[in-house]
Amino acid sequence: MATPGHHTLSVLVENKPGVLSRVSGLFSRRGFNIDSLAVGPTERADRSVITIRVDCTRHSVEQVVKQLDKLIDVIRVLEVHPDMAIERELLLIKVQADATHRLEIMRMAEVFNARVVDAGADSLLLECVEHPDRLAALEELLAPYTIVEAVRTGRVAMTRASVANDEGRAPLRILG
Amino acid sequence: MSDTNLQKARARKERMLGSEAIIRSLEAEDVTICWGIPGGAILPLYDAFMAIDHTIEHVLVRHEQGAGHMAQGYARATGKVGVCIATSGPGATNLVTPIADAFLDSTPLVAITGQVPTHLIGTDAFQEADITGIVMPIVKHSFLVQKAEDIPKAIHEAFHIASTGRPGPVLVDIPKDLQLTEIDFEYVDTIDLVGYSAEFPRELEGVEAAADLIAHSRKPVLYVGGGVINGEASDDLILLAEALQVPVTTTLLAKGAFPDSHPLSVQMPGMHGSKYANWTIHRSDLLITVGARFDDRVTGKLDAFAPGAKIIHFDIDPAEVSKNRFADVSLVGELRTTLPALRDAVIARKDNAARVEAQGEWLRDVQSWKRDNPFRYKRGEKLKPQYVVEAFDKALKGKDAIWVTGVGQHQMWAAQFLSIDGPRRWLTSGGLGTMGFGVPAAIGAQQGCPDAYVVNFDGDGCFQMTMQELATARCYDVPAIHAVMNNGWLGMVRQWQELFHGERYSETNLFGTIPDFVQLAEAYGVLALRAETEAEVDAVVAEAIAARRPTVIDFRIDHEEKVYPMVPAGAASHEMIDQAWDNEWVEEGV
Ligand SMILES: Cc1ncc(C[n+]2csc(CCOP(=O)(O)OP(=O)(O)O)c2C)c(N)n1
Ligand SMILES: [Mg+2]
Repeated sequence: MATPGHHTLSVLVENKPGVLSRVSGLFSRRGFNIDSLAVGPTERADRSVITIRVDCTRHSVEQVVKQLDKLIDVIRVLEVHPDMAIERELLLIKVQADATHRLEIMRMAEVFNARVVDAGADSLLLECVEHPDRLAALEELLAPYTIVEAVRTGRVAMTRASVANDEGRAPLRILG
Repeated sequence: MSDTNLQKARARKERMLGSEAIIRSLEAEDVTICWGIPGGAILPLYDAFMAIDHTIEHVLVRHEQGAGHMAQGYARATGKVGVCIATSGPGATNLVTPIADAFLDSTPLVAITGQVPTHLIGTDAFQEADITGIVMPIVKHSFLVQKAEDIPKAIHEAFHIASTGRPGPVLVDIPKDLQLTEIDFEYVDTIDLVGYSAEFPRELEGVEAAADLIAHSRKPVLYVGGGVINGEASDDLILLAEALQVPVTTTLLAKGAFPDSHPLSVQMPGMHGSKYANWTIHRSDLLITVGARFDDRVTGKLDAFAPGAKIIHFDIDPAEVSKNRFADVSLVGELRTTLPALRDAVIARKDNAARVEAQGEWLRDVQSWKRDNPFRYKRGEKLKPQYVVEAFDKALKGKDAIWVTGVGQHQMWAAQFLSIDGPRRWLTSGGLGTMGFGVPAAIGAQQGCPDAYVVNFDGDGCFQMTMQELATARCYDVPAIHAVMNNGWLGMVRQWQELFHGERYSETNLFGTIPDFVQLAEAYGVLALRAETEAEVDAVVAEAIAARRPTVIDFRIDHEEKVYPMVPAGAASHEMIDQAWDNEWVEEGV
């Protein structure tokens, strides 16, 4: 569940040079902190989606959405409501795992649908694609084994197929 | 773009250099004048200016900041897009201030900059600056052109974006090698910007709700901002105000959008606004906000601003609605559409006459505050700046005058004591508060309106920031009058130091370091006058107006004079101090 104050924005943009700095620059200029940001291609080569997670008040998020909407390269901004969308993130995590703990860790990974993608003499590299909250839980559980390195992609989100209409990009709530 | 220029451009399917394509594209956008300075990365464009026949006058300035402000002065006086040109690196960075100014005051501006050749981009090449990166937070949009064939499209889109919706600055950065590349020139007039639309829904939701609020209000006031001028909606505003019969306050940027001389006008609100404007807003129960943005210089302490008022907000920019103050009802769209719609809705109501009647007492109160609390000043032994402003105002009454200012005390005195009755006749740097705006903006405005009388009220501090443009004025014989209110101080800062910093005048005294402005102006070959007494003022004003040549007047004014009334920073907007006559807080007790 998203804690109050957290908002996920899905920003559909034209794939033009500088578009990412325009979008991210807007956040810093208007004084909003980005929790996470993920950018990637879409089903169309000339468009990308930037998924941004911010922690701010409702008023601020409405402001930032309107300001984003004013950027020429931004086609549409949606606020993604967690209960009407699927949110996922990829975690790569390297954990210390000597022979005594190896099995334990692998069992735990299984519970979280994480896969062992590489193994060394005394460490395991796990990959997990899950809801970001679940990733956080997994990290917490692995912490006692000593996390050597961890990296997350930032969340991406998509409205559920059951509520989607045009182009599969149903606006749950279009702001601005 | 006019049809004929567009047709000409369409018909032109020749091969030409990228640099020539820039000129043909500007012609297609109806550009007749632009301002700039050449340099390495923009040399091909300047070469094309000389090499081919075209219809654009290029004005050579003395500093790129001047080019930017001239383009702004032109744009704001004429309503057309202003164009300025600079080379890469330092030329481009010198444009940053005017671009920021145009952004905050919503001025349509297209800045064209040369960039180092594409293969050198990113190498810290000679005179390379990432200008699109630098201006990112202060432009409406920018282009770094990547292919020579894209030049016409980028320029066309730049003009479209700069001039539609809420106007603003657009920068087009063109690498040198692209200017030297041959292309098949093709001017496409379609706009292909999926993320940008300046079209607004036709159905005007909110009109009836706004009319309801007005019907139930006892104390409405129209709070009018610069959007009315950009939206060319002054006539609609006057019709609306007269139908409503409510007081109208115009912000610094909106001066002239509603006639100062109109009986419904309560003039400027805010830090140095009229008491009656601030009191009216403070007492109001309904702010009908039109193209204004609740700027802190207007509102003072935001949560104490119009505390009992509901808000109707008309704007072309949805992001302004509920930005600083929650809007109970909003109408987003062109003011030329929304204002008449509201007027129709209001007069269609059966009980409209009764409403006017019921709100009449409020209007009479406001008008009595206005009568009893005019802007005023005490004449004394020393020359008062307000006298100078009034002298020009009187002398140009009935003539087409354009008033320009610097930033500081002189700007506020001009705002207070000039009576301006039409839009685009008051050009001041409001949002950014840019010292140095005056001289170049006056030149650009005069070049856009050759028959008007252009007067720039400047400060001695401001004047010294861009006075090198007197050379430009002389060169192109631009007869704007630069009236320097010479108090020997960075007066506005001095005023704050006197009132709020224990009279510690840290680095604000210009005495002794001020050049003799008369000698200086003479060195530039322009008419140079001076006045120290009221009698001299009357004489030099008449002489300057008659001269119709570039003129500088050194007005030696009382350096102790302050701008009153004043809302101290952070105070509520009705808590004004006044020199009145005892320098105490003036009771809000009306
Ligand atoms: C470029 C810039 N630098 C600094 C300031 C801060 N500032 C505002 S008013 C002012 C003094 C202006 O002095 P002057 O031009 O002599 O006008 P006066 O207030 O004396 O009429 C200063 C320094 C500014 N607005 N712009
Ligand atoms: Mg001064």
